[in-house]
Amino acid sequence: MTVQSGAFVSFKEVQKSYDGETLVVKNLNLDIEKGEFLTMLGPSGSGKTTCLMMLAGFETATHGEIVLDGAPINHVPPHKRDIGMVFQNYALFPHMTVAENLAFPLQVRRMSKADIEQRVQRALDMVQLGPFGGRRPAQLSGGQQQRVAVARALVFDPKLVLMDEPLGALDKQLREQMQYEIKHIHESLEVTVVYVTHDQSEALTMSNRIAVFDDGIIQQLASPDELYELPENAFVAQFIGENNRLVGKVTAENGTHCTIDIAGNAIQALAVNHAGVGSVSTLSLRPERVFINPGDGLCPNVFDARVEELIYLGDHMRTRVNVCGHDDFIVKVPNSAGHVHLKPGETVKVGWQAEDCRALDAPAEAA
Amino acid sequence: MAQVEAAPGIMTTADGQPLKLSLQRALRRSKIRAMLLVAPLFLFILVTFLLPILDMTFRSVENQLVSEILHRSVPLLQQWDEKTGDLPPEDVFQAMVEDFKEGRENRTIGRVGTRLNYEVAGMSSLFRSTARKARRIKEGPYTDALIKANKRWGDVETWRLIKRESGTITLSYYLAAVDLRFGSDGSVQAQPENRQIYVKLFVRTLWLSTLITALCLVLGYPISYLLATLPTRTSNMLMILVLLPFWTSLLVRTTSWIVLLQQEGVINDLLVWVGIIADDARIRMIHNQAGTIIAMTHILLPFMVLPLYSVMKTIPPSYMRAAMSLGANPFTAFMRVYVPNTVAGIGAGGILVFIIAIGYYITPALVGGTSGTLISNFIAYHMQVSLNWGLAGALGAILLAIVLILYLLYDKIVGIDNMKLG
Ligand SMILES: Nc1ncnc2c1ncn2[C@@H]1O[C@H](COP(=O)(O)OP(=O)(O)O)[C@@H](O)[C@H]1O
Ligand SMILES: [Mg+2]
Repeated sequence: MTVQSGAFVSFKEVQKSYDGETLVVKNLNLDIEKGEFLTMLGPSGSGKTTCLMMLAGFETATHGEIVLDGAPINHVPPHKRDIGMVFQNYALFPHMTVAENLAFPLQVRRMSKADIEQRVQRALDMVQLGPFGGRRPAQLSGGQQQRVAVARALVFDPKLVLMDEPLGALDKQLREQMQYEIKHIHESLEVTVVYVTHDQSEALTMSNRIAVFDDGIIQQLASPDELYELPENAFVAQFIGENNRLVGKVTAENGTHCTIDIAGNAIQALAVNHAGVGSVSTLSLRPERVFINPGDGLCPNVFDARVEELIYLGDHMRTRVNVCGHDDFIVKVPNSAGHVHLKPGETVKVGWQAEDCRALDAPAEAA
Repeated sequence: MAQVEAAPGIMTTADGQPLKLSLQRALRRSKIRAMLLVAPLFLFILVTFLLPILDMTFRSVENQLVSEILHRSVPLLQQWDEKTGDLPPEDVFQAMVEDFKEGRENRTIGRVGTRLNYEVAGMSSLFRSTARKARRIKEGPYTDALIKANKRWGDVETWRLIKRESGTITLSYYLAAVDLRFGSDGSVQAQPENRQIYVKLFVRTLWLSTLITALCLVLGYPISYLLATLPTRTSNMLMILVLLPFWTSLLVRTTSWIVLLQQEGVINDLLVWVGIIADDARIRMIHNQAGTIIAMTHILLPFMVLPLYSVMKTIPPSYMRAAMSLGANPFTAFMRVYVPNTVAGIGAGGILVFIIAIGYYITPALVGGTSGTLISNFIAYHMQVSLNWGLAGALGAILLAIVLILYLLYDKIVGIDNMKLG
């Protein structure tokens, strides 16, 4: 076997077009390590499902190569790929009981009856559905069906498990619970998981690494904390977490930092991904990194802001202010002892560090 | 106090009415509304469907004709013991002569002859000839006079027959419908060999209907699968092709099969021209069973495709994908996951095609020849040509019973609730 770089799954220059006119996936290069939990995150229509289907074998790549465990699988039919899959609507077979659903992959692999029974029971216990083997999927709740689907995708010890928005149909509370359960199953079985979602908090909770998709391109591939704190472009900054966006022109650059002019205000920012002096750049700034009335000399960026709106959220106060001509600037004021009390219409000072303010590429609509 | 005390334990509304009562009152309006909405259709079905069925079923046992027209002789015949082998007494003969005179005047006597002729051949002519001569019989002894008019009146069998068929209901139509009859001693026996046709026809009808249903399934299943899995735009267009037969007159479609299949027809010409068959060995494909099977399969195919399609449409493509991702090859996935989920459609389409086929009439009449006629063609024959409505009613009632039994069996085995018609 010719394994370079030790990647377990790798997409090499993969392109996909359904109609021969537009590329749904544009030149995808992605290496996934063994035992990794990798999430493809992106808005609807960004090509995540298409990538997953190419990996599972239900769609063929228009160009490029997909390698699994050292062997190219472009021409291996789905049933020989040994990849477990959890579908968004679970795709449990309605005419079989839960136990029969779980036994199905083992039966088609011609395992012995005793083996099958034992594995099915073990899988049911793993997802805490021990006594439910005799029920039909329709007699289970959404959460239980979800667990059966996960168990079925794992029961035959596949090399790789794919999940396409598996929690999309569950309510918020159940979804959060299932996120932890799936994460724990992944950790205990050490199986490689490729997970697809459009929910950024789900991606942040569960993944080792996240590939942010937009428009058929991976915008950034990084661990959750890196993605949140060090977004590389305006799309990622906007898509992951809450983000203040200020658009202006780059007026000066010195090494790691640059100066951006926004409505006559000069803002000091970290130069990350702008197109040089004179170009338009998006500043990205997390709401929790903005201070109200900072002490003198603490922040290089201090501006006047008018309080527009206050929303009480228990642990913090979401405050919308007008700063530098942007009236959608959000500041999170923690509800800690002795925090400032603001009133709408009042003018205060807001400030932030240059390091927290990242100068990125121009916003899509202005490009 | 005017307030009504409700009994303890009974829920009441705010103004003291029992809750059940006011709920009923509230529901009554919607019940009446529902009934009014259904009423026109119900009346229509009652008049055009249920009443005719009841009427025909009634006719299959009804037997008042003989006792009504021979109203003098029949009561007297009841006292006669037909087992002794003696002719009835003189008063019966006298009454019979009077019945004949009246019947001839009213032109009703021939109907008795026709009716009795269903049971024993020759009765019709006996009654016709006797009616002519009876008016000249002026005085007794009537026994000799009647026997002189036709010697069959001296045969005890004739009188036994009249007595047997003078009851208000009869089973003889049903017996005839299953190739049985009453013997002269009143016992049930088989029809003579050359008159046994109906059992064979019932068996043929059931067999051909089963075969046609199976053919429709074999032909319809792949089409439905294709329709259900293609993109909507393409499948809509193909669906129009499937439904096209519905927009063409049944007669036109059936006769075009004649044009295609007859011995001098398009297909035979083509085969001869290509050289597959010799000119003097043209294949008979029409006016026999093959014609019935081909034409009816074609006509009934949409009734199989539509329920199958509507069931397959609801099967998410992810089922097959899931099965394959779990390691099943496409064939196993199809047989173990897809097909079981279409059982409701197979059942609905199958029962629909079968029930329509079992009572089909026009197509077998046009293209069936003698070997391809079905029981319904004989029902039509007895309705329109022989005017033996009693037998037609009996055949129809048996057909209805067979359908109902099959329906109940289906319900037992598959469950009617699982059926999906669209
Ligand atoms: N079977 C298909 N035929 C044609 N176009 C498709 C098909 N599946 C997906 N697409 C198109 O490909 C793009 C990406 O779809 P998809 O991979 O499902 O995105 P995501 O899963 O990220 O929402 C969409 O614009 C979608 O319309
Ligand atoms: Mg998707």
